[in-house]
Amino acid sequence: MTDMTSTSTPADMTAKVETPFQSFRSEFFESKIATVALGLLGVIILLAVLAPWITPQNPYDLGQVDVMDGRLAPGSEAFAGYTMWLGSDGAGRDLYSAILYGLRISLTVGVASGVIALLIGMTIGLVAAYAGGRIEAIIMRIVDLQLSFPASLVALMLVAALGKGVDKIILALVVAQWAYYARTVRATALVERNKEYVEAAQCLGLSRARIVFRHILPNCMAPLIVVGTVQTASAISLEATLSFLGVGLPQTEPSLGVLIANGFEYMLSGRYWISIFPGLALLLTVVSINLVGDQLRDVLNPRMKK
Amino acid sequence: MTVFVIRRLLQALLVVFLMSLIVFFGVNVVGDPVYMLVSPDADQADIAAAIQRLGLDRPIWEQYLLFLKGAAQGDLGDSFIFGEPALQLILQHMPATMELAFTALFLSIAIGIPLGLYAGLYPDNPISKGIMATSILGFSLPTFWVGLMLIMLFAVELGWVPATGRGDLGSFLGIRSSLFTLDGLSHIFLPALNLALLKISLAIRLTRAGVREAMGQDYVKYARAKGLSTRRIIFVHVMKNIMIPVVTVMGLEFGSLIGFSVVTETIFAWPGMGKLLIDAILQLDRPVVVAYLMIMVLFFVLINLIVDILYSILDPRVRLQDQGS
Amino acid sequence: MKKMTKATVAAASILALGAGAVAAEKLTIGLASEPTAMDPHFHNLGPNNAMTLHIFDRLVDQNEKQQLVPGLAVSWKPIDDLTWEFKLREGVKFHDGSDFTADDVVCTVERAPNVPNSPSSFGTYLKGKSVEKVDDYTVHFKTAEPYPLMANDISTIRIISDEVGCGAATEDFNSGVAAVGTGPFKFVSYTPGASIVMERNDAYWGEAPIWSEVEFRPISSGPSRVAALLAGDIDMIASVPTTDITTLAANDEIQLSQGVSNRVIYLHMDQFREDSPFITANDGSDIKNPLMDVRVRKAISMAISRDAIVDRVMEGVALPAGQLLPEGFFGVSDNLEVVAYDPDGAKALLAEAGYPDGFQMTIHGPNDRYINDAKIAEAVAQMLTRVGIRTAVETMPRSVYFGRASRGAEGDLPEFSFILVGWGAGSGEASSPLKSLIHTFDTDKGFGSANRGRYSNAETDALIEEALRTVDDAKRQELLAAATESAIENVAIIPTHFQVNTWAARKGLRYTPRTDEYTLAIGVTKD
Repeated sequence: MTDMTSTSTPADMTAKVETPFQSFRSEFFESKIATVALGLLGVIILLAVLAPWITPQNPYDLGQVDVMDGRLAPGSEAFAGYTMWLGSDGAGRDLYSAILYGLRISLTVGVASGVIALLIGMTIGLVAAYAGGRIEAIIMRIVDLQLSFPASLVALMLVAALGKGVDKIILALVVAQWAYYARTVRATALVERNKEYVEAAQCLGLSRARIVFRHILPNCMAPLIVVGTVQTASAISLEATLSFLGVGLPQTEPSLGVLIANGFEYMLSGRYWISIFPGLALLLTVVSINLVGDQLRDVLNPRMKK
Repeated sequence: MTVFVIRRLLQALLVVFLMSLIVFFGVNVVGDPVYMLVSPDADQADIAAAIQRLGLDRPIWEQYLLFLKGAAQGDLGDSFIFGEPALQLILQHMPATMELAFTALFLSIAIGIPLGLYAGLYPDNPISKGIMATSILGFSLPTFWVGLMLIMLFAVELGWVPATGRGDLGSFLGIRSSLFTLDGLSHIFLPALNLALLKISLAIRLTRAGVREAMGQDYVKYARAKGLSTRRIIFVHVMKNIMIPVVTVMGLEFGSLIGFSVVTETIFAWPGMGKLLIDAILQLDRPVVVAYLMIMVLFFVLINLIVDILYSILDPRVRLQDQGS
Repeated sequence: MKKMTKATVAAASILALGAGAVAAEKLTIGLASEPTAMDPHFHNLGPNNAMTLHIFDRLVDQNEKQQLVPGLAVSWKPIDDLTWEFKLREGVKFHDGSDFTADDVVCTVERAPNVPNSPSSFGTYLKGKSVEKVDDYTVHFKTAEPYPLMANDISTIRIISDEVGCGAATEDFNSGVAAVGTGPFKFVSYTPGASIVMERNDAYWGEAPIWSEVEFRPISSGPSRVAALLAGDIDMIASVPTTDITTLAANDEIQLSQGVSNRVIYLHMDQFREDSPFITANDGSDIKNPLMDVRVRKAISMAISRDAIVDRVMEGVALPAGQLLPEGFFGVSDNLEVVAYDPDGAKALLAEAGYPDGFQMTIHGPNDRYINDAKIAEAVAQMLTRVGIRTAVETMPRSVYFGRASRGAEGDLPEFSFILVGWGAGSGEASSPLKSLIHTFDTDKGFGSANRGRYSNAETDALIEEALRTVDDAKRQELLAAATESAIENVAIIPTHFQVNTWAARKGLRYTPRTDEYTLAIGVTKD
């Protein structure tokens, strides 16, 4: 256990024959739904990464977007000759291209804010758990206060104060979310720090930093990953909501959320594709992340074992 | 305990102060409220006069000191747009939001717990799987999208309830609310359901997890062995054990309901403070934004404080001390 | 129009009384934006001005085409170079039964510019004017210099009651205590964010409304507003989103009313900085501001297909624009045509000006102010990119945009190089845009306050200033038209289109569209 490196997957203590990772893997794939969700998520990420090479149009290059192609139904042919399989939006963006490019931004926002918030929250949580006493009390008061205030309002206020832009929205989401990670890490670490192996390490005279990062941290990874998936999914949804409220990302380089917010005005117009397809893409992304997160929680939580 | 309460309130004041600082300066950096206010016909002299009238010609730190001075006396400034005290505006809009959030909370518990109970008792039943799949949708669909769909279905296609707005107000025990009239209830149903969706999913999942865990525990096995009816086991023993944590978590989610009411109120033209906030943000009505924020921070801190005190009264093992849990 | 006599107005109102006064019917209207107060002098803002018009009257009224017609004044004329005489209507009563007299006018003119906390004051229209009561039904307005637009300015001021209104605060209007006017409707209730209710004034001096009760509800979200109409909650909505017009037009239960507005959407170009902040050569290096060359400005105008904007972006609901106001308005030129779309000509002109490969530029625009504003900015950028001017788009909420566009750069100068803006001529004639957008920026004279491109041309200025001194209508019309021609020939701005507004009502109701974009209950008639 103690030799596990920080990035490895959490172990299942009951496994005797398989390595922890193998047992984790086999348990994860026990659920068909989770397997499909993971596969889907893989495909979504792949599509987003490959977007520039597999789309007929760069929706951010205005030389390629033609307003004369606006609001074309799915399957129509664009002026430039390619087929718009999912139709086009009001500005003439090919929805298939726009969705894949939008996915890139949405995933970037979700993952970047998730990872940064995780790193910050984790550090703060570990410091609190290990330092104890007054420092812990102060940190946890701040965490409690932050958690008592709705994340959506924190993000809304911050974006209102910071202005538009990918960097600003990531910052707002980090501020809105770090406390969840801090609380999770501290709760787990509290349990861990009273275990014998930490005492043993202390007796060996290992430095505090070494104990925290090499020994306690790896054991906190499991709950962190679970919280991380849920928070990433909610960050992507929250970005869509902020864009709908008019304080999210700029409209000309649309994320999935902006595409949906733009499509909102077309919902009663009969041009269903402008809002449905980006909505579907968001739905699939968020649902698959949540399903994977659900299964991770079940697998990593010993109490749910049969 | 008095020391505890005072210390908590002092901490809250510190947070209020810091947040007001960030938002006050932040909003100021974003844009220039004057151009949101003056008429296009205004000439240079009119614009200069408006800047002066709003006190925006002073340096920003001086504006902030003036604001603090007023705040210390309970005056959070006048709205740029409405010319009325920001505090009064927010308090005017608060009842509508509270009534919406409480109704949503009630709906999420009333719908979520029975469904979660069913899904937890019969985990392999197709209906349970359906419930769980739907609950994932509840988590994942954007609120604004679902809101318009609800309007299209229930108001436009079926014509069961009105599409937007708040209904007639009625009085009960001195409280004026749209919950006390039929018209009011028919108006609040859709927005409250829209706002509740996320929380219904949460209640389903919490209840299901609780039930599944409880069913495997010793006291249930013991009750079974004693020959108690399944009904009695579930509704007396299991429910008693899971209701408290589920309702507590749901109660804590009340804040997030108020947060998301911004979206619901926009879609359903609900005259609450969420709509007031987003309008104030879009029009750079700084006094309203700052006042809203300060009131909310105080509000949530107070709720937390009350919950903590109640716990300490109900459960003598919990001692009030200034530490996180 | 000024010659319309009391008798004809009375006759019209008798006819109308016979037709509609018996009906007791309620009308509910969904609005996109709500007023900020019931005080008619608190905030000079479209929604406020439209709403207060139900309760209060003006001395000079603007009809649906913004032509001036008698209101509480039956006639007006200049009696010397510096004095305008207004004859007031006799026998008009306020909602509380008191008589309307010159005292009400005098106290209104005193109060209107001085409302405490007012975000945008009506002082703009009363500056330099003083009022004098001659007798109970005659007032004189005096100015220091000859002023032809007196009636236009006076038509922005709603008359309140000397007894209950003039000493009242804005709160008293909101509560209804002071909301006592002479208008077609009486105040019933005002619940911010939720509803405004009014009832018919049976003693109204003009054409009596056919609606016994009117309720206005603010529903800011476009699709929700449309859904509320489709669900039958409300009878009519204003500001129908262009995206829904096609579907609504095909719906037998819905009746659309459309009319062109006084609002022109145009492009403003930085014409005062040698080194413009958002323009570079294709390789990103600094170049001398190409927009200072009239050939480049012309090329840009030719590169924009107004038809494509109207057809594709506005879904057909707009008019291509070649000048500052649509035809029919006072001061419009008959000689100006919409610039034809000619991308090859534009390229040739760019090459002639020394930019055969174009340059790079950013267009800035609001995204929540005008109908489809962000989409228009994007379409313009697409078209310019096609003739070689690689154009990036940056749109922002109006709260951010207007401050930066007006004085975002150092020294309170406009921040952007190339912007999309709109202008609604509140006065209903061409001097409004000419004075504010085209005239040289001049703080002392109060001209050019919205001239964000800082176009400056002595010839154009002279024509505008002369027009503003000319009291003779025919002569002023010519001068305004000449000033417009001079501005358009020098490409001071590039007009793209005039906004067309759409109202939708349930079957059987019809709205008379107004160029000032107001939604008035009195304009809703039954088929």
